[in-house]
Amino acid sequence: MSATVITISSGKGGVGKTTTTANLAVALALNNQKVVCIDGDIGLRNLDVVMGLENRIVYDVVDVVEGRCRLRQAMIRDKRVPDLYLIPAAQTRDKSAISPSDMVRLCDDLRAEFDWILIDCPAGIERGFRNALAPADMVIVVTNPEVSAVRDADRIIGLVDAEEKGPARLIINRLNPSMVKRGDMLTPDDVLELLAIELIGIVPEDENVIMSTNRGQPVVFDGKSRAGQAYKNIAGRLRGEKVPFMDLEEKDGFLHRISRLFKSGGD
Amino acid sequence: MSSWLDKLLGPKPKSAGQAKDRLKLVLIHDRTDLTPGNLEKMKNELIEVISRYVDIDPAEVHIQMAQEGREQRLVADIPLRAGAQRRR
Repeated sequence: MSATVITISSGKGGVGKTTTTANLAVALALNNQKVVCIDGDIGLRNLDVVMGLENRIVYDVVDVVEGRCRLRQAMIRDKRVPDLYLIPAAQTRDKSAISPSDMVRLCDDLRAEFDWILIDCPAGIERGFRNALAPADMVIVVTNPEVSAVRDADRIIGLVDAEEKGPARLIINRLNPSMVKRGDMLTPDDVLELLAIELIGIVPEDENVIMSTNRGQPVVFDGKSRAGQAYKNIAGRLRGEKVPFMDLEEKDGFLHRISRLFKSGGD
Repeated sequence: MSSWLDKLLGPKPKSAGQAKDRLKLVLIHDRTDLTPGNLEKMKNELIEVISRYVDIDPAEVHIQMAQEGREQRLVADIPLRAGAQRRR
């Protein structure tokens, strides 16, 4: 086995990198893939709370790099799925505690045992980004359909290309179909035309994401959530399956119109 | 705004269209590090150099950034004046 290392980045903060990392990790693990995720945001760790594993941290990634523990000791197993681990970031240190070559070495030590290594990249384009990019086999850029997020995504895509880690794949997160419909939100086609990279998923805005994050349960565990389904679809595409993009206008689809017709007929 | 004025001015442009147009311009300059001011300066210098060799009309010179996928290119359209010929 030799893992594929995926770095999940965005440039801008708050677009949903950590949520995306947690959910892709769980979705892959639910498909019996062996997955480890690494929180690359040293000093501002969050992947632990989003995954609901914050109470089980003993050692972190800086402890591993500085030799205070063995790699295994810093890996927290997520017991809800067969084979998922988290290596948390240190909270009381900063990005300079780790170098890009430390990250390459860490991932090389993990590759043999896993199918996927997911790295949650911090916002920005400085050291933390360089650290997360160094070991990447593939880069996913997460953006929202709004000007600042798209602009920063473009910057990241350019940097990824310059480091010969491209082409990056795109996830458009928090798409609001009704705003798109009335012309007040960039469409996926608009974003793709501007950024000119391959799309790997569209995640609709969904209140369930916040509710499930409140509980420390990635939304993929929620069988009814549209965002959860979107993440499962992306995980399928990562595994090479041909998964069609979700119909985001489902509520106005054929079946809905038919059912409305029947309802109005019955009134 | 009252409705008669709305009718007079036509519907307000949709905000998504404005976002896209603004982003198009911003991204071109972000990607190349070439500010509109520097592009204008370069254009004037090019006109000066080219004018030394052939007769051109500075007002007709167009130099702009074009985009194909993630490739950027500088496209220059420099028509020669009718009957333009080498000066020497």
